Amino acid sequence: MTGALLEVRDLTATFNRDGVPSQVVNGISFDIAPGEAVGFVGESGCGKSVTARSIMRLAPEGSSVEWSGRILFRGQDLLALDEHAMRDVRGRRIAMVFQDPMASLNPVMTIGAQLDDMLCRHTGLSRRAARRRAVELLDLVGIRDPAHRADDYPHQFSGGMRQRVLIAIAVSCQPDLLIADEPTTALDVTVQAQILRLLMRLRRELGMALMLITHDFGVIAGMVARVYVMHGGDIVESGAVDALFAAPRHAYTRALLDAVPRIETAGRRA
Amino acid sequence: MTIGLAMFAALVLVVLLGPLLAPYSPSKTSPDSLAGPSAAHWLGTDSIGRDVLSRLIVGGRGTLLITFVAVALALAVGLVLGLVSGYVGGRVDVVIMRVLDVVFAFPVFLLAIAVVAALGPTLRNLILTIAIVYTPTLARVVRGPVLSVKRWDHVEAARSVGVGEFAIALRHVLPMVISPILVQTSLTLANTIFTVTALSFLGLGPPPPDPNWGSMLADARQFMELAPLTVIGPAAAIVFASLTFIVLANGLREMLDVQGR
Repeated sequence: MTGALLEVRDLTATFNRDGVPSQVVNGISFDIAPGEAVGFVGESGCGKSVTARSIMRLAPEGSSVEWSGRILFRGQDLLALDEHAMRDVRGRRIAMVFQDPMASLNPVMTIGAQLDDMLCRHTGLSRRAARRRAVELLDLVGIRDPAHRADDYPHQFSGGMRQRVLIAIAVSCQPDLLIADEPTTALDVTVQAQILRLLMRLRRELGMALMLITHDFGVIAGMVARVYVMHGGDIVESGAVDALFAAPRHAYTRALLDAVPRIETAGRRA
Repeated sequence: MTIGLAMFAALVLVVLLGPLLAPYSPSKTSPDSLAGPSAAHWLGTDSIGRDVLSRLIVGGRGTLLITFVAVALALAVGLVLGLVSGYVGGRVDVVIMRVLDVVFAFPVFLLAIAVVAALGPTLRNLILTIAIVYTPTLARVVRGPVLSVKRWDHVEAARSVGVGEFAIALRHVLPMVISPILVQTSLTLANTIFTVTALSFLGLGPPPPDPNWGSMLADARQFMELAPLTVIGPAAAIVFASLTFIVLANGLREMLDVQGR
């Protein structure tokens, strides 16, 4: 596929713990077009988070991961970049929002300072200009009174608000691709909907592609056009989300769909 | 905490103002030796007629300066070693920790006596020795929490936006481990007071005639029955100084414990 923002070909990820290799992603291939929203669904442990982290070339602390295959981002193989070049990709071209907003902010830095840091690192803005931009970004993600809240510490924010802050940090350099790894799992249901709407709005406004990772088909519906279903380190099914909902071909997809509580399914069809 | 800070302020004041506060020169002798307390000599005089109070004040300055400098040195080295060891991990961690284990394995005094005896009892050697002796403790106190903090999500989040490893270690890991470091530093100060005075007591401290709580105790020991104040003075000073740091450590621990994430 030409014109793809991200082309992943035969990606494998193998953990190596004390000399014992264990492969958790088994040669998967997928594409994400510029500005496209793509969903990755699967149970925990199916390799979807490792896939996401592989694109960022992040390994869980204390473990080492071997990758093979190619991850072409705008035609450039990320797996071939050196660590220094990779650091420029992270945050600036590809950004990530994590599952647990309570733990993903530095507890001893104000959120403004964390945004400033990010902006100064990647955009070369002065401290003062960075702070102005930080306040704009907080406003963009729907933090009320952003000029004052910028001087608050993470513990002064609720979970939903922290996730908004993390999203602000992630989109601060207008990345081409935003990876959201279970962005709403740790949040209340009502807040989940707000965060998902926010992600959709930002995707439209900033024209970035979104890779949405979740175990919940309810989250995928209405958010993305295409979906990949992962199971045991493989992509078992992919396609347009409507077609997949209407006629799941793989038994695992059917099982996942059946796992969604009924009332939610009924609500979506109404 | 308030008490600890007040005691600490008093100590710092003595260190800074030392000679100005002392009523006499600490080495000025008078014919009136081993005198009891009087208006002229509040704590009496020692065996060669020097004013005990003046020697306590000026000696405290020496003792505390050695303590502060040595602990600052140990903290600087321990902080770097602990942070590197914990954060980098792997072989680096193993090498650093095993080397520190070797130092740690020696009893504090044995090591201190050996080094000072080998290199000579100069001020510089004393400070170096004490710094070496306390570096492993501080390095371990830093390394432990670093090991767990580096796995926290905000570290990965920082990495995911392109923050370099050096900046992560300094800005996202180190600030999380400050509280145990502060408490341990304070306790180390208390221990160091004892070590410094004990080494001086044994004659391995800074050479005379500079006054020093440890050597004052040693000199006064033989005249204890004639002039008890010459012993009680420095002993009380030593207890006060180490108590200060213990109280301070306790206060710090309570204060930092309630700090929520």
